[in-house]
Amino acid sequence: MHAIHLSPSDNIVVLARRGEAGDMIQWGDGAEGSLRLASTLGLGHKVACRRIGTGEKILKYGVSIGSATRDIEPGEHVHLHNMKSDYLPTYTLEHGRLFGGGAGAH
Amino acid sequence: MTPGLAGGMAAARGVPISRHGVLRMIRHDAFVRADGRKGIRNTIVVVYLVECAHHVAREIQLPFREADVHLIGFGGCFPNEYSFRMLESLCTHPNVGAALLVSLGCEGFNRGGLLRAVRASGRPADVVVIQERGGTRSTIEQGRRWVEEARRALEDTPRGPLAAHELVVGTVCGGSDGTSGITANPAIGRAFDRLVAEDAVCIFEETGELIGCEQIMADRAVTPDLGRILVESVAKAARYYTVLGHGSFAPGNADGGLTTQEEKSMGAYSKSGCAPISGLIKPGDVPRAGGLYLLDVVPDGEVRFGFPNTSDNAEIAELIACGSHVTLFSTGRGSVVGSAISPVIKVCANPETYRNLAEDMDVDAGRILEGRGSLDDVGAEIHRLVLDVARGRRTASETLGHQEFVLGYKHFEPVGPACHPTYAGAAAGG
Repeated sequence: MHAIHLSPSDNIVVLARRGEAGDMIQWGDGAEGSLRLASTLGLGHKVACRRIGTGEKILKYGVSIGSATRDIEPGEHVHLHNMKSDYLPTYTLEHGRLFGGGAGAH
Repeated sequence: MTPGLAGGMAAARGVPISRHGVLRMIRHDAFVRADGRKGIRNTIVVVYLVECAHHVAREIQLPFREADVHLIGFGGCFPNEYSFRMLESLCTHPNVGAALLVSLGCEGFNRGGLLRAVRASGRPADVVVIQERGGTRSTIEQGRRWVEEARRALEDTPRGPLAAHELVVGTVCGGSDGTSGITANPAIGRAFDRLVAEDAVCIFEETGELIGCEQIMADRAVTPDLGRILVESVAKAARYYTVLGHGSFAPGNADGGLTTQEEKSMGAYSKSGCAPISGLIKPGDVPRAGGLYLLDVVPDGEVRFGFPNTSDNAEIAELIACGSHVTLFSTGRGSVVGSAISPVIKVCANPETYRNLAEDMDVDAGRILEGRGSLDDVGAEIHRLVLDVARGRRTASETLGHQEFVLGYKHFEPVGPACHPTYAGAAAGG
């Protein structure tokens, strides 16, 4: 098992182990689906298993966890750079530069 | 339904019978307090009532820190109803046998009220006021002598039977990552389902980490009114965090693959399992009937005093104030914390983290991702471990000496009757 497709309606899979760029990853013993990983990613990260259009909901556990901020191809990492919350903005240490007196916001 | 009635009344006579007729005896030598509640540890708490008394309290506790004497307290000088209620609930927790209050002398905390409340529960309690006891050194000496005497007194604590339906178990997650919501959290949910079936009280919390789940959660409420209250509690959290400009989301969550608050919420929500939701409680409310409860940790009214819970340990303290004998702590990134008063069981979601921090963890839930077990296997293991820890087995964080404690300022309005519909009829026995 390389990845988990948590719900049949999900447009992402979750990596069950670390994967290198170019690796073929499969889920459901390969019977359910497989794809080629576009970039090297750690355990627990999300990968698009379908083409997702800008503004489309990202579905995990069969429910929306936010919206795509640009078009996403199958095999691509789905994270802060291409999706956003529909509730509250997500804070990362990049924003923390604001408090450190450095270069400013994203 | 009259849940808890038979159980509560029978328990008061020392014969544990659950409302479902399911009886799982945990131990015959639980610590029975004068107020009838039953503990799984026999702890003495040393309690500073203002930051200015923290050092003296810590020095009193230090020689006994491996002898079940724990340090808790409140740093603020301004009085606050919530923090008073928290310390009252904690000093009279079933795992606590005696309490020594340490006061500087001029702080705003109502030390007389707290002392009366602890003594009224039948526990040995006293207060040492630094300004009246000749300063730091002599207060430390007098405090240590009091603790020595209390330890001897607690050797004679009455013992009695404890069954699963008399147990209160809380759950919290900290240092979450992309594995938390697919291994440790749903496995904790399975353990909760087993405990609720045995009529135990199970408590999940942090409404700010349920943002996005409010509708599916409301469908599990035992009444439509309670469902609306659950939705409103999450909306309150969303308003609160929006004003503060920051959700319950740390940078490590994103490093671990989580992207949004609602994604983290869905993972956190799975800790609650599948049981119906019996009620909504607030810090210090001890559920009077078995079942699954949501603890609303976000203050009521206008936003004040800053972030609701500054760290995971503030949430654990609130779960314990609601009676939790044991707390199930799910972590992906690898939190190492424990707690004063009640043991914390660490359920590690991420197999890489487990290998890295094995000594700090109690359960390897990440093995699910490596095909070394199912959610049901891990859920059953967590359930067994809860019972073992209730029997006295030490958790990883207890063994390593973790006794963290955090308490800040908050404001709450009391819950209304619609928040606990299953209490009807249970009040007499509860």
